[in-house]
Amino acid sequence: MKYVDEFRDGAVARGLAAAIAAELQPDRRYSFMEFCGGHTHAIARYGVAELLPPQVRMIHGPGCPVCVLPIGRIDQAIQMALDQGAIVATYGDTMRVPASQSLSLMKAKARGADIRMVYSAADALKLARQNPQREVVFFAIGFETTTPPTALALRQAAREDLPNFSVLCCHVLTPSAITHILESAEVRQYGTVPIDGFVGPAHVSIIIGSGPYEHFAEEYRKPVVIAGFEPLDVMQAVLMLVRQVNQGRAVVENEFTRAVTREGNLAAQAAVAEVFELRERFEWRGLGEVPYSALKIRPAYARFDAELRFGLGYTPVPDHKKCECGAILRGVKRPTDCTLFGTVCTPENPMGSCMVSSEGACAAHYSYGRFRDIPVVSVPA
Amino acid sequence: MSVKPNYIRPIDFKHGRVDMNHGAGGRAGAQLIEELFARAFDNPALRQGDDGAALDMPAGHRLVMATDGHVISPLEFPGGDIGCLSVHGTLNDVAMMGAQPLYLAASFILEEGFALAELKRIVESMAAAARDAGVPIVTGDTKVVERGKGDGVFIATTGVGALPAGRRIGGAQARAGDVVLLSGSIGEHGVAVLSQRESLEFETAIVSDTAALHGLVAQLLAAVPEGAVHTLRDPTRGGLATTLNEIARQCGAGMLLHEADIPVQPQVEAACELLGLDPLYIANEGKLVAIVAPEHAAAALAALQAHPLGRAATRIGVVQEDPHGFVQMCTRFGGRRVVDWLSGEPLPRIC
Repeated sequence: MKYVDEFRDGAVARGLAAAIAAELQPDRRYSFMEFCGGHTHAIARYGVAELLPPQVRMIHGPGCPVCVLPIGRIDQAIQMALDQGAIVATYGDTMRVPASQSLSLMKAKARGADIRMVYSAADALKLARQNPQREVVFFAIGFETTTPPTALALRQAAREDLPNFSVLCCHVLTPSAITHILESAEVRQYGTVPIDGFVGPAHVSIIIGSGPYEHFAEEYRKPVVIAGFEPLDVMQAVLMLVRQVNQGRAVVENEFTRAVTREGNLAAQAAVAEVFELRERFEWRGLGEVPYSALKIRPAYARFDAELRFGLGYTPVPDHKKCECGAILRGVKRPTDCTLFGTVCTPENPMGSCMVSSEGACAAHYSYGRFRDIPVVSVPA
Repeated sequence: MSVKPNYIRPIDFKHGRVDMNHGAGGRAGAQLIEELFARAFDNPALRQGDDGAALDMPAGHRLVMATDGHVISPLEFPGGDIGCLSVHGTLNDVAMMGAQPLYLAASFILEEGFALAELKRIVESMAAAARDAGVPIVTGDTKVVERGKGDGVFIATTGVGALPAGRRIGGAQARAGDVVLLSGSIGEHGVAVLSQRESLEFETAIVSDTAALHGLVAQLLAAVPEGAVHTLRDPTRGGLATTLNEIARQCGAGMLLHEADIPVQPQVEAACELLGLDPLYIANEGKLVAIVAPEHAAAALAALQAHPLGRAATRIGVVQEDPHGFVQMCTRFGGRRVVDWLSGEPLPRIC
């Protein structure tokens, strides 16, 4: 595949791995957090961890939008579909996220809720036009990547004056989550979770640009390298981070120059700013309440706000008490440190957020890497 | 007074729709069977019109039986439809036992309101598939459910075949050291169907690989000594990954695959990339996995490649000792990872 295979070349990967190993200072360890679930997935799927020297540890951050969606929000979506008869449209991987009372959107569907999987906010809008007699709610989740399409759908709904369309807005913001992690006790008290730098999100940065990360680099002295989701992108970013650490620098560098600029996509940012405003507080699954970390619909578009339209209240619901997702998302623990991992909590029956989406740290390790936890007798191929 | 030559008005296949009368056990149902199913599937056993079919079996063989329900949306897709799929799917299940498929039975669940023209197309496609495979549909059944209680048409088929008495082919027969062969590129059926889904609709030149594989199996088995082929399996739902995990569990061993040796057409790879899906988990309907004793692997691979349905066959890995039954893969990138069971439906990722 042109423009993809070039970023999955094994020979180049080996060369990069050798370059990283050659630049490491022998007496120190390097811990980098890849914020984005897309990176976590790429690292696991292509076996990147195996190619990196043992001195380099990748910490899987909270950048999977499905993983950080709290139970209470899914409960709201289920409530609208099951109790209030709305058609709830949402992205595919939201369907399996566990909710209260052993439900999920998929299980609610089996109980008669009208839940539709869509591939875009525009498809949800189409559903509303096709079903004028029904309320259609778009359950909008995701980081800055999926926010502009939701904004455009809302603008279009307003233009058409669609009476039966609304959005349950659960869009969250990357920079606030990074700040939250950097402000957490484990990271601030040096030694508990050493984070030497961040692999910055690719798609998110196409929208917001590289500018917003400059604050972290300067304020917290943490280097950030924005990287694409291909495995070679990740390895190149690691090499760039290692160099910054060795040189005592902490700046924002852009590995993903093929798509990211400092300013980002201004048209998308304007659409988002027109339709959404900051929420004072929003609960993230595994991280708890994070101030100014999410968006809500502006008063001018209030008639399309499902929370107002359906009179939804928000009730936080705690995770399973033995679930370690919060600590795993902050890099304090690894998936295998959780007693539920691989026994009670599996991709078929996820208990916590990190096991839900294939981009979650636990699911990635379970699905792609768990053979490393158990010695296996190998016969050479 | 003149006598009318035929008091029964022929079914209007152009404009007609399935109605509850077609399933009521009366004249309308009999007429549908006679004018559609019996005519399309015509063979001596079916022509008897009895409740079942009395059939001959070759001497010295054991009977193999397989059954499969077909529910698919959309009913027609690039390269096929539910009709030919319901023939190929069940024939292949029989063939994967190392048996020669001999007869098929078919059961139709029709939804009230379903267009007879579409039903006719599906039935004729099914008849053509059975004819091409040389396996007659010898008995069947038709039921009608109320509108909204079906999805147009569901087809369940049962196949029987003849297995030479001493032949043992199955998942449990695979053992460490065996070679894993794949008959061609993966993911075409699943991508062809996905491309037609109402909510997705993308343009692709990919057509389903749906095909009857018993000819390919016969050629493979003829090329190697009896007992050399340990396992045959067609990687349908759940794709290659799920199939190999099933076999690993059955035989109590693991596998080590090489990603670079697993053929995937560029269009399939591109569609999967776009949707955030993995070709290893996408359904196939015309491919097989053969697990063969290492000393006969080269001959087996050559036999597969000599058949039109196996031209792109490759050796994709080996069976290895592993009490945990992990299917592992050396990635093209140079790392190693588990190729796990599919968890639920393959769902596209959001970004």
